Amino acid sequence: MTTYTSVTDSDLREMLAEIGVGSVQELFSEIPANLRLRRSLALDGGLSEQEVFEELRALAAANVSTEQELSFLGAGMYDHYVPALIDSIILRSEFLTPYTPYQPEISQGGLQAMFEYQTAISELTGLPVSNASVYEGPSAVGAAGYVAKLDNGRGRFVVSRGVHPHSRETLATLAHGWGMGVEDAPLVKGATELGALDHTVSAVVVQQPNFLGAVEDLEPIARAAHEAGALVICACDPLPLAVLKSPGECGADIAVGEGQTLGNRLDFGGPSFGFFAATEALMRRVPGRIAGETRDADGRRGFVLTLQTREQHIRRERATSNICTAQALNALAGVIYLSWLGRVGIVELVESMIQRTAYTRERLAAIDGVTLLHDQPVVREFAVTLDVPAQRVIDRCRAQGVNPGYALGREYPELADALLIAITEQRTRADIDRLAATLAAAVAAERRQFAETGART
Amino acid sequence: MADPSYPEDLMYHAEHDWARVDGDTATFGITWFAQDSLGEVVFFEAPEVGATVAKDQPYAEIESVKAVSDVIAPMSGEIVEINEVLSESPETVNEDPYGDGWLVRVRLSDPSERESLMDAAEYQASLS
Amino acid sequence: MIRAADDELTIFERSKPGRRAFSPPKLDVPQRPLDELLPSALRRTEPPRLPEVSEPEIVRHFNRLSKRNFDLDTGFYPLGSCTMKHNPKLHERIAALPGHAKLHPLQDPSRAQGALELMWRLQGALAEIAGLPHVSLQPSAGSHGELAGVLLTRAFHEDRGEHRTKVLTPDTAHGTNPATVTMAGYEVVKVGTDAAGNVDLKDLRAKASDEVACLMLTNPSTLGLFETGIEEIAEIVHGVGATLYYDGANLNAIMGICRPGDMGFDIVHFNLHKSFTQPHGGGGPGAGPIAVSDRIEPFLPRPQVVRREHPGNGAEPYYDLDYDRPKSIGRLRGFQGNYGVFVRSYAYIRSLGAAGLREVSEVAVLNANYLLARLRSAGVLEYLPAAHERLCMHEFVLTGSPMKRELQIKTLDLAKRLLDYGVHPPTVYFPLIVDEALLIEPTETETKETLDRFADTVAEILREAREDPEVARNAPYTTPVRRLDEAAAARHPVVRQPL
Repeated sequence: MTTYTSVTDSDLREMLAEIGVGSVQELFSEIPANLRLRRSLALDGGLSEQEVFEELRALAAANVSTEQELSFLGAGMYDHYVPALIDSIILRSEFLTPYTPYQPEISQGGLQAMFEYQTAISELTGLPVSNASVYEGPSAVGAAGYVAKLDNGRGRFVVSRGVHPHSRETLATLAHGWGMGVEDAPLVKGATELGALDHTVSAVVVQQPNFLGAVEDLEPIARAAHEAGALVICACDPLPLAVLKSPGECGADIAVGEGQTLGNRLDFGGPSFGFFAATEALMRRVPGRIAGETRDADGRRGFVLTLQTREQHIRRERATSNICTAQALNALAGVIYLSWLGRVGIVELVESMIQRTAYTRERLAAIDGVTLLHDQPVVREFAVTLDVPAQRVIDRCRAQGVNPGYALGREYPELADALLIAITEQRTRADIDRLAATLAAAVAAERRQFAETGART
Repeated sequence: MADPSYPEDLMYHAEHDWARVDGDTATFGITWFAQDSLGEVVFFEAPEVGATVAKDQPYAEIESVKAVSDVIAPMSGEIVEINEVLSESPETVNEDPYGDGWLVRVRLSDPSERESLMDAAEYQASLS
Repeated sequence: MIRAADDELTIFERSKPGRRAFSPPKLDVPQRPLDELLPSALRRTEPPRLPEVSEPEIVRHFNRLSKRNFDLDTGFYPLGSCTMKHNPKLHERIAALPGHAKLHPLQDPSRAQGALELMWRLQGALAEIAGLPHVSLQPSAGSHGELAGVLLTRAFHEDRGEHRTKVLTPDTAHGTNPATVTMAGYEVVKVGTDAAGNVDLKDLRAKASDEVACLMLTNPSTLGLFETGIEEIAEIVHGVGATLYYDGANLNAIMGICRPGDMGFDIVHFNLHKSFTQPHGGGGPGAGPIAVSDRIEPFLPRPQVVRREHPGNGAEPYYDLDYDRPKSIGRLRGFQGNYGVFVRSYAYIRSLGAAGLREVSEVAVLNANYLLARLRSAGVLEYLPAAHERLCMHEFVLTGSPMKRELQIKTLDLAKRLLDYGVHPPTVYFPLIVDEALLIEPTETETKETLDRFADTVAEILREAREDPEVARNAPYTTPVRRLDEAAAARHPVVRQPL
């Protein structure tokens, strides 16, 4: 017996007698003998709770978290402050442990929370129909691509290089299975340059703000796409939407994005949630769960999973997605967070980030050897180029306890030695000044080294 | 909803669709059995007026809360009218499957196709 | 559970201008006019209409909502195919450690060695359980893992210069299987099930051809029965050069007893939110890692977590993310996957070890067979006979057809009446090939007393129905809401609060 099972010797005797077999082994008699494992699984373990905790704590201690360094690392996930009330709510058994709400009469808590979440996402994105979550940002872009394919059956996607590299790669992986092509639209001076579109384009995909932190002018892009009969998919960072013109208002047909910044932890990349919102016209193609309002037999207001005929458990091979388990608990954290920020608070938060980012940009641009990659308007993230190898500068900064940002060179070979710097409301003036000083010292040291050795290493 | 009924003046297709033929036009719908199996109809989107339908081929989908079904054309032709009532009140299909719950009206391309359909008695027999 | 009318208010309806919970931290950088930083043409004119509420209101609102939910910590959840086993409380404590929770996914691997080592060890454990050596933790849920598996199959065939068009799934398959097939760009072909509840080998032979890329199966099947012809199935499928995919939803029946890799499967997905105790959260998060054979390994998603040995001087091995995978299908999502879920699953595997995992499956199968036997001796099977007269594994299917005929109540009505007895109903109307299906999976973490009580409850409901079928037909009565008008919700969907 382990901690989690409870079959005593007397239980076992009674149960075997009721079933009518002599041993547990007999219950597996249908399994062909040659398939039976003749040894134990080669796994050690079987540890006490205390020992398991110790081991997992030691593994945690071997990681450098945002508590142990001053981090300006972003590129898709951000070190925001997560308020205490979120855990106190989402760790309640009633939210943490139930199944998907297939029996709505006993799932009104979860279903109403989904309805409230859908409303909040609809407000942020400016689109009327939101689902109850998908897995995360990049796969949400893939899911949106699938909706476009089902909607117009055309052969290719045009995707801005300003879309997160992980999203572009995910869409490419899926598009290969659909026999569809994916083409880049370049970034020029930090902004998407669309080029000519034709009737073979199923959807145009852009990101707001884009991967280099720039706020895109979405309206002309959406107009051009619609003139060519293509759908507009906008991947967005949800917090800046408090202040930016919404994707819906700019003409997007689908808005998706990464929800981590809304009340979820970094967790080394997951679990978080993806949001997915669309126009009324696309409602019956939206993937995933959707909660809808209705009445019960006594006239009481209630909520149910609705439009289930879109989904895999009914439509099967003709479903708009195969998604089943999504990220309900993380989306719940999201709606609690958005309620906590509130209509006034979210604007204050984002405007404060804009100011912090502007200050950081100004301080860093003033450093010898550091140039702004573009001067597009930004909200919470921006890019700079260094005139020395970025990775070496990063290493020097980290040795001083500062993680200065993300090296863009790997995914953007044309941007070797560029750094993407992210700001949240947790970065104070003192933090930013420390970044500037540390970065300046690191760049200067590298320049000296280069001058001395006469070569880049 | 309505009691089981299979009007004598209609022709029936094995996939639970009916046709009311009137010279060279016909009205199509789904039978009592089909609406009963589906449950409460929540959505039906007809193809556009002018679209062609082909005998034995699906021309639309009909949805209840828990099911999606293809709607099969009993005969071939061109759609001349669709039942606008159903976009607001799809449950009409359950309430009156042979009357107000009709789906589309078609100008037939080959009226002789009615020979291959069943009459009410044959269709009812096929259900048991 | 609460039924007061006040609970019907949404957080938006509780909102009142001027109320707030968030107070911003001090902004001590020099500030510039917003128009200079962000032109007004790019800005929205009105803020999003989020609620304006204080912290006490938020806490009370969601607490009261929570009391309108049934949950696993509170009661029995015999949902077939879902494996609703206890969620160990240790796991939340571990997952909250800042070293795990506050680790940025793009942190340099040299500074995330704990995380990468955890993932590498979890991979190894899953590989051993599956009997397939190579694991990717990237997929975020079972259906995501299925998608990965079918895309891997496509890459495998394309690498050999073949372009196959079809994937076979049994007619008992979970809906995610055919949905996945279409999403991956293949055509679904259904394979029948024979009277004994096994894949119909004759039908399989007829449909297996060189146009077939893959057969997707689970074993035990969704009927809760072991696929006794699995070796022959593997021979047929491999014989036409197709891959054999294992849907891990039913892994709870066979851990430490037999392994999909040994049965001949090429690709396996795990549902960490099923057998490996990740809490369901009302609909996620989960994770759907995959294990594959040598011949499929080159195509695994990018990046892979690897262990590199340092040459020579005896330095510690080093864990890393390997992007250098030229034949990879690419990415299926951002970053590395649902790490928080890996932390919990790894803790579980360490808690149980080999003997504990084997015991899980033995007790899961014991509990299912016991519950079936108790339902039989309680007279339930007269109205709800087992769909197949065989030993079940970790779950079993009953058919409510006789109950419908003789008592005039359907499986749906039985399910709704169970709600009044404080039990979550089993899975209903799945698998599709069983009429009025009731799929019951007790899992290994339930006591004998809970199973006895459930059997007696079902018997009681049937007794009640014999006297008056209307009771079940209009159930539930004691839940926060009664039966809801799902047709109205689908006809005229209201999917957000109008503001």
